[in-house]
Amino acid sequence: MKRSPQRSVASGGPPGAGTWTGLALRLSPFPLLLLGLAACGQPHAESSLDPALFEDPPNLEYPDPGKLEVEPPPFSEGVFPCTDCHEPDLPVKGTPRKLTRAHQDIELHHGGENRWCLDCHSAVDFDKLHLAGGELIDFEESYRLCGQCHGDKYRDWRRGIHGRRSGHWDGEKTYLLCVHCHYSHAPAFKPLEPMPAPKPPVRTP
Amino acid sequence: MSGCMTISRRDFMCAVAGCAAAASCSEPTHTPFFRDHLHELDEKQIEQLVADLEADYKDQYGVDIEVGTQGPREGVQFAYALDISRCIGCRRCVHACVEENNQSRDPEVQWIRVLEMDKARGIDFAHANAYYEAEKVPRDGHFYLPVACQHCADPPCVKSCPVNATWKEPDGIVVIDYDWCIGCRCCVSSCPYGARHFNWAEPEIPAEDINPKTHLLGNRPRHKGVVEKCTFCIQRTREGLYPACVEVCPVGARKFGNLLDPLSEIREVLRSKRIFVLKTELETHPRFFYFYGV
Repeated sequence: MKRSPQRSVASGGPPGAGTWTGLALRLSPFPLLLLGLAACGQPHAESSLDPALFEDPPNLEYPDPGKLEVEPPPFSEGVFPCTDCHEPDLPVKGTPRKLTRAHQDIELHHGGENRWCLDCHSAVDFDKLHLAGGELIDFEESYRLCGQCHGDKYRDWRRGIHGRRSGHWDGEKTYLLCVHCHYSHAPAFKPLEPMPAPKPPVRTP
Repeated sequence: MSGCMTISRRDFMCAVAGCAAAASCSEPTHTPFFRDHLHELDEKQIEQLVADLEADYKDQYGVDIEVGTQGPREGVQFAYALDISRCIGCRRCVHACVEENNQSRDPEVQWIRVLEMDKARGIDFAHANAYYEAEKVPRDGHFYLPVACQHCADPPCVKSCPVNATWKEPDGIVVIDYDWCIGCRCCVSSCPYGARHFNWAEPEIPAEDINPKTHLLGNRPRHKGVVEKCTFCIQRTREGLYPACVEVCPVGARKFGNLLDPLSEIREVLRSKRIFVLKTELETHPRFFYFYGV
């Protein structure tokens, strides 16, 4: 185990400390005090790290992660596969309307009046979703569907800065689908009950 | 340190105790108290120290606690980013941290403090409230700012420690050697973020709640009279895992990674979001960034 930060990260003062000391000596009425500070020997870790280490390469490319590891979609109990009820010969009514025979519990609060079931769900294969271009996709890939409208969030999610990931910061990680946090029919994040507050300090009289 | 002291702590303590009664003091002994500074121990001595600690913990808690000594990785500088446009103040991070890092349940020690702030005021520590109670969060008109150790690049706490019991590791984690800490609390008062916590009484953790996977410089159980703080979950992150708070955050507001990897989440935040650090004017150069994700 290596633990000698003062030695390995910041040996002595920061690079260029001499220059700053010189400048300070000329400007300060208390040169000795400043000299003392400059030579304090404390680690100044940041200044000893080469700023070039933090520069992006000129053509930064995001590698294709391939197939993403995602948690299984959060279906309500007993609704999937949809074709259990939506048999191929069940007629499809192609107009937005209030549902009366099934799914009455679903209240759509997603994009106002402009959205309805078949914008996302496929009427060709009810176990699939469909993209705007007609491509059928599995529920595991629903992020592609969401990403059609929410491109900025999709980009951030792909790069790991929107939504939660779990696993390794330097390796394998699991993603959550958009719908794990944002119920697709009413996607606004629901308020949560907070965990207990810390005990306030007790003031003795 | 060794340059200016001609007598080691161990020798000094032996002298005080009167070596006549303790012949063993002439032998190298590395029990947690009578030992040299961690930086001066070689691998074998650290092994012995870990074995002693594990035996002590077994006595105290009746649990097999593993004290890890995983060192820093080459080419890794840890940093953290927190999306304050997403945080809802649910305090799941606070409690996950307590459980992961073996913080005292009574008296309560919590490394993360979630501050509720008024949207109308903006970030204003003078009017922040950590003790908010609510049925549901977020509360209207408020936003939330969790604060823990900022792992400053130029940490005032490290400068103020009179005995070198705390330092910044090569991967950027500010750590404490709990056996070396003398409990003077200079670091507590010099930390501008209120991130350091003192064990005023013997920490109490029910044996069944102990997290047995620990690190020598991290979440191993502490004792009365020493200071503790966030270590970026050193026992997890040095193994490549995310910190516990990142894993538990229900809104995904917490991001963690390697500053030196251009494709890391943390670098993506720095590249593409509006970020800030707390109390910039103090030039502590935090490694903990806050950002607006929307």
